[in-house]
Amino acid sequence: MARMKFLCDADRCIECNACVTACKNEHEVPWGINRRRVVTINDGKPGERSISMACMHCTDAPCAAVCPVDCFLTTADGVVLHSKDLCIGCGYCFYACPFGAPQYPKVGNFGSRGKMDKCTYCAGGPEADNSPEEYAKYGANRLAEGKLPICAEMCSTKALLAGDGEMIATIYKERVLKRGYGSGAWGWKVAYKETIAV
Amino acid sequence: MKHVFSTSIRAAFFGLFGALLLAVAAPAPASAQVNPTTQAVKEEQLLRQLQQVDGRISIPDAKASVLMQPAGRQWREFHNTTMFWTGAVSVLGMLGLLVIFYMVRGRIMIDAGPSGRTITRFNSFERFIHWMTAGTFMVLALTGLNVAFGKYLLLPLIGPEAFTTVSQLGKYAHNYLAFPFMIGVVFMFLVWVKDNIPTSIDAAWIAAGGGLFSKGVHPPAKKFNAGQKLIFWTVIIGGVALSISGVVLLFPFYQTTIENMQLAQIVHGLVGAVIVAIMIAHIYIGSVGMEGAFDAMGSGEVDVNWAKEHHSLWVQEEMAKSGSGSKPAAVAAE
Repeated sequence: MARMKFLCDADRCIECNACVTACKNEHEVPWGINRRRVVTINDGKPGERSISMACMHCTDAPCAAVCPVDCFLTTADGVVLHSKDLCIGCGYCFYACPFGAPQYPKVGNFGSRGKMDKCTYCAGGPEADNSPEEYAKYGANRLAEGKLPICAEMCSTKALLAGDGEMIATIYKERVLKRGYGSGAWGWKVAYKETIAV
Repeated sequence: MKHVFSTSIRAAFFGLFGALLLAVAAPAPASAQVNPTTQAVKEEQLLRQLQQVDGRISIPDAKASVLMQPAGRQWREFHNTTMFWTGAVSVLGMLGLLVIFYMVRGRIMIDAGPSGRTITRFNSFERFIHWMTAGTFMVLALTGLNVAFGKYLLLPLIGPEAFTTVSQLGKYAHNYLAFPFMIGVVFMFLVWVKDNIPTSIDAAWIAAGGGLFSKGVHPPAKKFNAGQKLIFWTVIIGGVALSISGVVLLFPFYQTTIENMQLAQIVHGLVGAVIVAIMIAHIYIGSVGMEGAFDAMGSGEVDVNWAKEHHSLWVQEEMAKSGSGSKPAAVAAE
């Protein structure tokens, strides 16, 4: 089994936000929720970098560890999914998540945040693959169709990579060696407790 | 003609001088170009320097501009280890202490026996405020403990679906009953603060161990003894801490950052655990632990002998106020 990961090559990201838009469209994500976002660091200065960030599907995921109702599960591919039937919208996963991935559909007065929503790695939820129930709650299940997440698939500069961790790490390594620089595999150390040594 | 000539000479001179100056000041054109790749921000370097990595974002959600906050791991460590053990040790520890206390000391009885005559200890308003705060606190404590321990204790017993239903209802109860609780804390403060100012009598009471550990010892006390004052100030100070941190948690990210939210949760959890433990002791001594104590908050009428033993100075004050102060028990003797 592959261990699915995301890798954003910040030296290639041009902050076009197409990954954000594609994600929203693919999963009919409601207004106000951003399963993926692009953050620009050192904006307007020499050496600014943009990073596309979503749930990193961590090893030993912090969200799952702190969830008071134990609604998370990790698939055989290393994808971290959650059950919206079990989530109570307490917000703890957002406090623990290093990447700000969990999203809540309501504004949050008096604790009424609604069921948490986050990137599913285009792998749906615990329901039957590509069932209408799964689509309504979590969006498309591309992984079950043998496809990779839409954000990485359509990235025009191929900055955002998705796939087996070792494979995308190799691609990134080759790129860094060839062009002679790289700002790092953003989030890898925090999410997977490893970096890509070049 | 001459005039024009001299101006053009002057212009040429200054032009030449200016060009020379520029050539000296500006570095060579080749090295002047900025190489963005060499100055690129590196993740490793940012994480070493900063607690979190922030950037600019084009969506309205301001908190989404935090790219990474590895501090979430510390909060996780707090929640799953520090909070878990603080809660478990304080609650189970207090229960253990009370069991030992009960086995050693037994129920604290009225030494002189019930007199059959009562004196008004708390009026209906005081009792209403007490039970409003106490009742809501019980729900708040149980639903709070459920968030911390439910998944280990209750979830395996009733299954995930039922546990989610319980926790969801518990969350709403916790969020809404917080308001009567906060009102109760404010009123308890206003009604009882005048009787809870520490005095020298309290020092003597504490020195005598409150008479808790020896039969027949009853250090004098006014309306509230030092132990009750301790409970009072724990509830007031703890209640305010719980209220402030709780309101922050109720309105997530209103002028607050992720660190503020984590801190509010830490304060809320720790103070909550300590107060729950102290309240267990309060409930014990107010019910099974002491004969005649429950009447104070039950009917509001306590036995005169109980009052004389535990609040001797208060009884004297009350007697002086109303002549006799005590009245016959509501149920007449045969």
